[in-house]
Amino acid sequence: MSAATIVSLPDQATARIPKMNFLSKENGLLSWLLTGDHKRIATLYLISITFFFFIGGALAGLIRLELLTPQSDLMAADTYNKVFSMHGLIMVFFFLVPSVPATIGNFVIPMMVGAKDLALPKINLLSWYLYIVAGGMMLYTMATGGVDTGWTFTTPLSTHYLNTNVISAGLAVFVAGFSSIFTGLNFIVTIHKMRCPGMTWFRLPLFVWSNYAASILMVLGTPVLAITLVLIVLERAVHIGVFDPAMGGDPLLFQHLFWFYSHPAVYIMILPGMGVISEVVSTFSRKRVFGYTAVAFSSVAIAVFGFFVWAHHMFIMGISNYAALVFSLLTMLVAVPSAIKIFNWAFTLYNGSITFETPMLYAFGFMGLFTIGGMTGVFLGATGTDIHLTETYFIVAHFHFVMVGGMLMAFLSGIHFWWPKWTGRMYPEKISQLAALITFIGFNFTFFPQFILGTLGMPRRYAAYPPEFQVLNVFSSAGATILGVGYLLPILYLTWSLKYGEIAGENPWQATGLEWQTQSPPLTENFPEIPIMDHEAYDYEWLERQQRKEVASV
Amino acid sequence: MSDSTATANGVETEVHHEHPSYQRHHFETVAQQFDATNFAMWLFLLTEIMFFGGLFTAYLILRNWYYPAFVEGSHQLSIFWGTANTTVLIISSFTMAMSVWNAQMRRKGGLLLCLVLTFILGLVFLGIKGIEWHEKWVKYHVPGLHYSDQSFRNPASDPEVYAEYHDKSLAPDMASKVEQYFFLYFAMTGMHALHMVIGIAILGFMIVRAKTGAYTSGHYTFVENFGLYWHFVDIIWIFLFPLLYLISRHQ
Amino acid sequence: MSHISPVLWQFLVKWLTNFALFPPEASKIAPQMDALYFFMVLVSLVGLTIVVLLIVGFSILYSKKRHPEAVQIEGSTLLEATWTIIPLGLFLIMFVWGALLYFRIYTPPANAMNIYVVGKQWMWKAEHPGGQHEIDSLHVPTGQPVQLTLISQDVFHSFSIPAFRVKREAIPGRYSSVWFEATTPGTYHLFCTQYCGTNHSQMIGEVVVMTPDDFRKWLQGSTSGHSLAQDGERLFASLSCNACHNPRPDARGPNLVGVYGSRLTLSTGQTVTVDDAYLRQAILNPSQNITQGYAPIMPTYQGQISEEGVFALVEYLKNLQSDYRIQQTLNTTVLPANSEGNAAGQAPAAQKAGGQGEVQQ
Repeated sequence: MSAATIVSLPDQATARIPKMNFLSKENGLLSWLLTGDHKRIATLYLISITFFFFIGGALAGLIRLELLTPQSDLMAADTYNKVFSMHGLIMVFFFLVPSVPATIGNFVIPMMVGAKDLALPKINLLSWYLYIVAGGMMLYTMATGGVDTGWTFTTPLSTHYLNTNVISAGLAVFVAGFSSIFTGLNFIVTIHKMRCPGMTWFRLPLFVWSNYAASILMVLGTPVLAITLVLIVLERAVHIGVFDPAMGGDPLLFQHLFWFYSHPAVYIMILPGMGVISEVVSTFSRKRVFGYTAVAFSSVAIAVFGFFVWAHHMFIMGISNYAALVFSLLTMLVAVPSAIKIFNWAFTLYNGSITFETPMLYAFGFMGLFTIGGMTGVFLGATGTDIHLTETYFIVAHFHFVMVGGMLMAFLSGIHFWWPKWTGRMYPEKISQLAALITFIGFNFTFFPQFILGTLGMPRRYAAYPPEFQVLNVFSSAGATILGVGYLLPILYLTWSLKYGEIAGENPWQATGLEWQTQSPPLTENFPEIPIMDHEAYDYEWLERQQRKEVASV
Repeated sequence: MSDSTATANGVETEVHHEHPSYQRHHFETVAQQFDATNFAMWLFLLTEIMFFGGLFTAYLILRNWYYPAFVEGSHQLSIFWGTANTTVLIISSFTMAMSVWNAQMRRKGGLLLCLVLTFILGLVFLGIKGIEWHEKWVKYHVPGLHYSDQSFRNPASDPEVYAEYHDKSLAPDMASKVEQYFFLYFAMTGMHALHMVIGIAILGFMIVRAKTGAYTSGHYTFVENFGLYWHFVDIIWIFLFPLLYLISRHQ
Repeated sequence: MSHISPVLWQFLVKWLTNFALFPPEASKIAPQMDALYFFMVLVSLVGLTIVVLLIVGFSILYSKKRHPEAVQIEGSTLLEATWTIIPLGLFLIMFVWGALLYFRIYTPPANAMNIYVVGKQWMWKAEHPGGQHEIDSLHVPTGQPVQLTLISQDVFHSFSIPAFRVKREAIPGRYSSVWFEATTPGTYHLFCTQYCGTNHSQMIGEVVVMTPDDFRKWLQGSTSGHSLAQDGERLFASLSCNACHNPRPDARGPNLVGVYGSRLTLSTGQTVTVDDAYLRQAILNPSQNITQGYAPIMPTYQGQISEEGVFALVEYLKNLQSDYRIQQTLNTTVLPANSEGNAAGQAPAAQKAGGQGEVQQ
């Protein structure tokens, strides 16, 4: 395998983790809780979103267990409704939205642009506290009986018909929304104002571009969700409101406002993941990303078009046929930039020198699964087929292919990729490659049968279903078990590696990003002195020259 | 954006050069710090526009549907208090602008005076808003909690408003929609008042800090950014006032 | 396979024989929908194959072992244009094809038979024009376009028949409609697909497709004795609608004979075509829907008539071609002195008319 790897580690006998780094700078709980350091905040985020991921994952496990049999026998229908609602709320607002931006993005973006920190460190910390407060409220909601609105809060069901903790759940999402707004705002300001000398827009790594696009969506979309939730809470509290048809309100207005955020939210979740894939594919094929400009602009295009497709969630909901026409056309347009990205990544491999470390395996998984997820999105974006497929397991499978097959794969890819930078130590390669494989297999087993279930017409959010759907559901649940193993493994070996992993050195992957040109783990100020960007992004020849120079000087 | 790169370029050689105490360690220059925080404030105001945008959308749709109800609802609002409050806010925007100017000119006394004036005017605004809300309570116009549509089914039962506008009585189905108007009235003015409360709290904090001279040593970024926020809250009111009080009062 | 226990074996057999992979096609639109569906599946498979081939092919050809030095390439405008334009073209084909289907499914033909459906937590109630009521089931004939007029009494529901490939939300407060023409007799699933609360998954039923002959027999066998329009007529009388809406020259409301389908000018100056949705609005929110030349004196019936009652009234007005019977009821019913039209005040009249007036609170 030695020929087939790019990993170059320092001599393990003599190598040491640098004494001064952001982890060792200060000790004690308070030094963490009051930190302004983006890397420490990223670490706090990493721990907290992992916690919520496992809560959400456990709930997913319960859903799959219940669906083993056609009857609702493990849980009563109302319990099942709470379980899938909490699963959706936690996974969407407490895992997917903050996953890549608030952890990996927080950790690497300032380094990638050559800054000492994000522009607003206190706001960054505030954002984490808001996340924790929101998370606490969500746990409170769960502990005191849960909520069964689904993650979509559909009115008038949520405002007048359910008697679970809608208010506390709504407020939790409201607060989490502000956490996300502040993260996005911080990224935009940092990318605009904090770039180091020589770092022009078109020298930025593509990870920065895609997070920039996602941040725009966060900043412009999330406030609309916030006000919608305020109206829901008010409506529930005083029993009158603009969404209540019985009082002359408009329930479709709620759908418009909700999806005005929640469709762009899908891009908030996936765009940063796409950024990870650009970095990883380039690094492990030793090549500049094929068509850098096209990939960069396709992120922005997704962000822009992403704002004008929300009503495709309402094709069967009584919007006018002509509105459906327009939104369907725009949906087709937003699919194109995603296709561009996929092919550009694939062609980045062409004439490269490819190795297959774990991040690359996850990236390959992403490309395959996201292709399926994206294409099935077109099934739903075309008005005609949407009628049959929407609100069934087809749509469940579609967004899990994008969110879990896409985003989660990208997240794991990124975590493995930047782990050596973060901790200064390598993760164990063999077992993590195995974990990537298990995840991929488990994922397909879990979610592919759901496409067939959806085509058959099995509605989503059903605690009980007709018996002829059982075989596919059992497949799906069996796959979920494998998938669960795939997610537990990284937790174990990554924790193990904190103490026993090999010392990574500055740049184990021979990557070109500025974050790799400093010690691992980095200093609190990231760089001993502010770097000067004198080459293009992904310039591997520059890296070689640099290394030759170092060897010569030694 | 390009100018900040340029400024960063200018100082690349003097990274460890002494900088003023108010410059945060992760910025290269004071100018960059000012630029970044100022830009952040503008972005934040953009999110605020989207936030209120949701309310305005709801208002537009329902107003379109229930036009007569919205007209009669607006008759219940007092133009006198509304105008008074608008004036109070506009004056407070002026005193806020003067605060920024005083901070820039490093005039501590002037800054303190203007901040205190803004603080007081903010409180006056809330006081007047309170009077108006109280009146709604007395007249059973608080939707959901304390509400009756008597004034719209039978306008003559409300002699003061009737004397001025001679409203026709609304059909019961339309009269019931006035509650939607008041719901939006409370939601919109309530959200606006919440922003005022937050602003006043920050003003209080600034007055304490201004006493120590924190803003008059050349570092007035905070005052300037807060000024942007205060003007924004003012502008929201400038939209709320005509939408809720003024337009189509006379059919 | 002898080591598998017989019980498990039996279970497996039962399980694997009762196992579906593709839903039956039982409506005229279903094969058309499936054609587009399979076209999309084909495009997806080709796309996926290309992506997988590229990844696997390049991974083999350019692995570090085989190709130790990468060759830097900036990009290729030609290639990038190719994979922008070809997907765009394909997506546009899908868009147009899908839109054609969508317009077909949501534009009912003129000769469609209308069935009214009310969704409520947690059941579907169907009302046939002939007065047959069904709960959680729907009987339809083959070879006849059937239009469903849907409404929800509480929250969003969604009326889905996978075998017909049609689905439509039942929305609280407004009508929506969908149509289909069943082709194959049989029993098919009916689902509520919009999450609607605790027993969402119990809101299921069956669609029974019958030959026209069987359907006629079924209609006769399940009649409730009076048609939906007759129910509507009774309600019309018991609510004293006829006190104002009558053919007398001094009537305070417009005469409703033949009003359905006509164009009306409202007091606001708007012109509207009178359809189901307009009639519902005019009954429940009259003040916004006053015919030009009439005073806004009609009270609202919001909360006084159930959605089924509104359907009955709509069906009655649809079929109201002559005012003879209104005259008749007017002559035989003693109107109270103060005929403001307050439904509660009309209770004696309703009893007198002998109708099971569907006055519900």
